[in-house]
Amino acid sequence: MTATAGALAQVPVLAAGASAPAPVLIEFDRVAKVYKAADGRPVRAVDSVKGEIRAGEFVSILGPSGCGKSTLMMMLAGLLRPSEGEIRFKGKPVTGPQEGFGIVFQDAVLFPWRTVQDNVRLPGEVRGLPRDEQIERAQAMIRLVGLAGFESKFPHELSGGMQQRVAIARALSLGPSLLVMDEPFGALDAMTREQMNLELQRISLESGATVVFVTHSIAEAAFLSDRVFVMSGRPSTVRDIVTVDLPRPRAIQQMNTDRFGVYVARLRGLLDAEGGHS
Amino acid sequence: MSATAVKPDAPRGQRSVPDSVPAIVTAVALLALWEGAVKVLEIPAFILPTPSSVAIRIVDDLATGVILPHLWTTFIEVAVGFVLAALLGVALGTMVALVRALEKTIYPIVLALQTVPKVAIAPLLIIWFGYGIHSKAVTAGLIAFFPIMVNVIVGLKTVDHRRVLLMQALRAGPVKTYLKVRLPSMLPYLFAGLEVGIIFSVIGAIVGEFVGSSVGLGTLIIQRQATVDVAGVFSVLAYLSIMGLVLSLIIKAFAHRLTFWARSQEIVSP
Repeated sequence: MTATAGALAQVPVLAAGASAPAPVLIEFDRVAKVYKAADGRPVRAVDSVKGEIRAGEFVSILGPSGCGKSTLMMMLAGLLRPSEGEIRFKGKPVTGPQEGFGIVFQDAVLFPWRTVQDNVRLPGEVRGLPRDEQIERAQAMIRLVGLAGFESKFPHELSGGMQQRVAIARALSLGPSLLVMDEPFGALDAMTREQMNLELQRISLESGATVVFVTHSIAEAAFLSDRVFVMSGRPSTVRDIVTVDLPRPRAIQQMNTDRFGVYVARLRGLLDAEGGHS
Repeated sequence: MSATAVKPDAPRGQRSVPDSVPAIVTAVALLALWEGAVKVLEIPAFILPTPSSVAIRIVDDLATGVILPHLWTTFIEVAVGFVLAALLGVALGTMVALVRALEKTIYPIVLALQTVPKVAIAPLLIIWFGYGIHSKAVTAGLIAFFPIMVNVIVGLKTVDHRRVLLMQALRAGPVKTYLKVRLPSMLPYLFAGLEVGIIFSVIGAIVGEFVGSSVGLGTLIIQRQATVDVAGVFSVLAYLSIMGLVLSLIIKAFAHRLTFWARSQEIVSP
């Protein structure tokens, strides 16, 4: 496995961040999560996850549905405590939600009684920023996600893709150093999803935030990521890490190239091998 | 959740007849039938008066001002009782929904007390709170309190947990989470409770007056019943229904303004 990964990594390209390694932002140190099932027996959802994520990286967590990716994500976000091991953010163990985190869930989770702008400024409001600053930040983020002109709309007036953009704007509104996204485009149709992938690439390049992106879509992971953590089924652990050495910004057309195809095939191979085991 | 948008109310322009027309036509027809039946069967007015004589009485009661002090007194009783019930219902409902210890201790007692018919407590309340409007307001409040509290509890317990999780991720404390998520999420339930509560308040005030009082629409019904003034009783009933209707319309108007989003939030199309 590692042999193939090495071979791919040797393809000469000008990959972002390939020159000087950025500082490590997140460390997964043998992270495990054990749940109590309904019958009282312990169930290992996540087991001995190890890995590092560097500042500015776009890392996808790729795995089959129900493999515990979301559990790992919740632990990273500080919303769940690991049963074993720890997750470190800037060297300190994550014991709760952190100031520099932005989170996007599978659903937009917008507040239907708030306008787009008021949804986006919620984090600033909670933190107690001055009202003017909240609005200023919100408007900048709304422009960044391409929703200028929709500030005073209510969520029900927006399409699913637009709602998810609002959620991304909200997550970015306090300038997070880490953006955690849990299958944010899973509920969107294929066309919208591609569009959103392009947008997300642009947004992540512009904001410079480190992104940890959970997905079960191979193409999505390959298209967006600098590195892909391929997860195994339950108990979920990192099966392999694939570095996607393609220049940025990437265009959708690149998905049709042979080089992209090689990555997709490799990721699929890893996932299928897993399927064969269980 | 379907992908197609379903509009709860159809566009106005497409309807040639407003919603209320069939109901109004039917009501007029029934009144005409009543009028005709009373005249044809020669039913005496002290048993069943004609709608036209009731209508005349309704106008008379207002013209002479006879109804006004009674209407005002009952309105005050209903309003005070309702406001008390709303405040207490929201406060206690919130505490029961959010504090586990209270859910285990207070809530079962409240549920048990609920089985006591509040109407039957009215005589006691008159002993405790006097012959005036206080005892009626308390009776009204007691009856209206329960549906309001139960709705607050259900509303707070069914708050979308992802919204709460989001607030947690934003490191919001319990007070901010309550004010920004739980309270607004609960509003549609609260208003459902308030709409029931306002009608219950009217019932409570009238029952209180039946048990003992010197002024109020309930008192007037008893007085007129004693003199077999059936048209007069019908007139009071009309004023009572108008009051109930106006009050619940006011609640509905508030609900409409504050929970506009609840009617359309299911509409999601990618």
